[in-house]
Amino acid sequence: MTLEMAFWVAVRALITCVLLLTGFAYMTLTERRVVAWFQWRIGPNRAGPQGLLQPLADGLKLLFKEQLIPANARPFIFLLAPCISLVVALTSFSVIPTQLSSEVANAPAGAPLPQVAHWFQIADLNVGVLFLLGITSLAVYGIVLGGWASGNKYSLIGAIRSSGQMVSYELALGTSLLAPLMMVGSLSFMEIAHHQRDHLWLGISQPLAFLIFCIAAIAETNRAPFDLPEAEQELGAGFHTEYNGMRFALFFMAEYTAMITVSAVATTMFLGGPWLFPGVAIQSFFFFIAKIAIFMFGFIWLRATLPRFRYDQLMRIGWKVLLPLAMMNLAITAIGVVLGWTHIQFTGVILSVIAILYATGKLNRRREAEASHH
Amino acid sequence: MDRVIDDLIALGKGMSITFKNMLERPVTKQYPEEKRVVPNRTRGRHVLHRYDDDLERCVGCLLCQGTCPAGAIYIEAEENDKDAPTSKGERFAKVFDVDLLRCIYCGHCEMACPTNAITLENNTALAGYTRDSLLMHKDDLLEPVGVSTLGSTDYWDPKPPADVANRVPSETGSFDGSSTSAAAVGRGDLKLGQNPKNEVHRESDHE
Repeated sequence: MTLEMAFWVAVRALITCVLLLTGFAYMTLTERRVVAWFQWRIGPNRAGPQGLLQPLADGLKLLFKEQLIPANARPFIFLLAPCISLVVALTSFSVIPTQLSSEVANAPAGAPLPQVAHWFQIADLNVGVLFLLGITSLAVYGIVLGGWASGNKYSLIGAIRSSGQMVSYELALGTSLLAPLMMVGSLSFMEIAHHQRDHLWLGISQPLAFLIFCIAAIAETNRAPFDLPEAEQELGAGFHTEYNGMRFALFFMAEYTAMITVSAVATTMFLGGPWLFPGVAIQSFFFFIAKIAIFMFGFIWLRATLPRFRYDQLMRIGWKVLLPLAMMNLAITAIGVVLGWTHIQFTGVILSVIAILYATGKLNRRREAEASHH
Repeated sequence: MDRVIDDLIALGKGMSITFKNMLERPVTKQYPEEKRVVPNRTRGRHVLHRYDDDLERCVGCLLCQGTCPAGAIYIEAEENDKDAPTSKGERFAKVFDVDLLRCIYCGHCEMACPTNAITLENNTALAGYTRDSLLMHKDDLLEPVGVSTLGSTDYWDPKPPADVANRVPSETGSFDGSSTSAAAVGRGDLKLGQNPKNEVHRESDHE
């Protein structure tokens, strides 16, 4: 890599960070407004027209707040933890293409894609998905270290819950991603996005993987209904109880940036990335943003609807429902790839397997303990 | 794997309910610009009333001060000037202070008042920057000259019996201190001491 290339990568990274953090700021406002609509309220609309300056006001307030370090805390790790969280959340976005360069977009199907650097992706790694999974699994360090270094037992419980949750759901997340990856035959996000120019979106040909990914992604980002690490009633604020001011804001940024990132992954992986519709060869950055917005609305909608899971329910869903289903999906897809099924055949087979499981009661079996209870 | 599909269907139902609610109109009132119409009987800040001829209704009898459970009212009464009376009674309130920080807005003062001089009105915007700004003096509470209302008295139930058409306890039609009645102080036509419940209250009050 020449110095010039490195410079342009740095510029692209800077632009992406600025966009992501602006996106975070306005996501906080959007979330407060939209949750307000769900509850027949109006939401913050005083700072600027329609409350558009609210994120600025919040940011300034957090910036000027006194920042405390508890007496029991380990200061260095206490300060390091939010930085880890944010850096990890921002880094993981770097492999996602928000638009394809014209060379790639017009490349013939099946041929190796041209390696062209362009404005809409920081780095096109050929193991992009692996890189992303590796980086996002580091996010748990920020939370665990933050909770532990706070010197507060509730923070520690929140942190431990969080690590248990993230480790559990990473399995289902990774396994669900394997199925579409096998169909594409590449770990590069660029190739995955390009693949969906000529084929059905992978979310349609892999409905089960899509569903599992969505659920696991919500758990990975610690959002409602999987927000046990910050269960207010039991833990105060969970792992960030002792954080205030800008250090708290870093955790907050990390959470929202992670939401944007998993939405971007879901978009690229399952909803055709920057492509408008399956079969329509029009692509743009704006379609990509629109699809992310749909996912973000989904996050808010879920938060406004569902109460929090109990910890045993959380573990049961992760290990006894999502993981087995993801493994089954993987096996079916493996067979399909060997037999050379088309995309629509994958949809048909997976949906019919689910229908058979449902009809034979395998998906709706009541646990014996629960049945004897009633 | 228990009840996966059923749970997903239930999830869908819940989501559709919240989505329908999202399309509802917000119930929020944007307060300083948009004010809610409060009920007529809302017990907000006190108002001191006047008669039609601009004389004050308050005769400085101290009944409201005596009944106030919070000790929020302080009155200094003075003899009326015969030639230029301030009120229709023998005396008038020279000082009439209500400490809004003490007041619990129970409405006992308006019930005790024999002349309907004090009522709690629907001004509920009672915030201030200093303690002094929340200590109401007579000038703050009194209706301006030329205004004569009965305030929320009209909206309280039960109304006094029909035979007490004139709530001002006098033969001449204006308060002269010659007579008073239980009805006039808001107890209907009960004689004091008749109601056993009242007795209990009065005993415990004095102990």
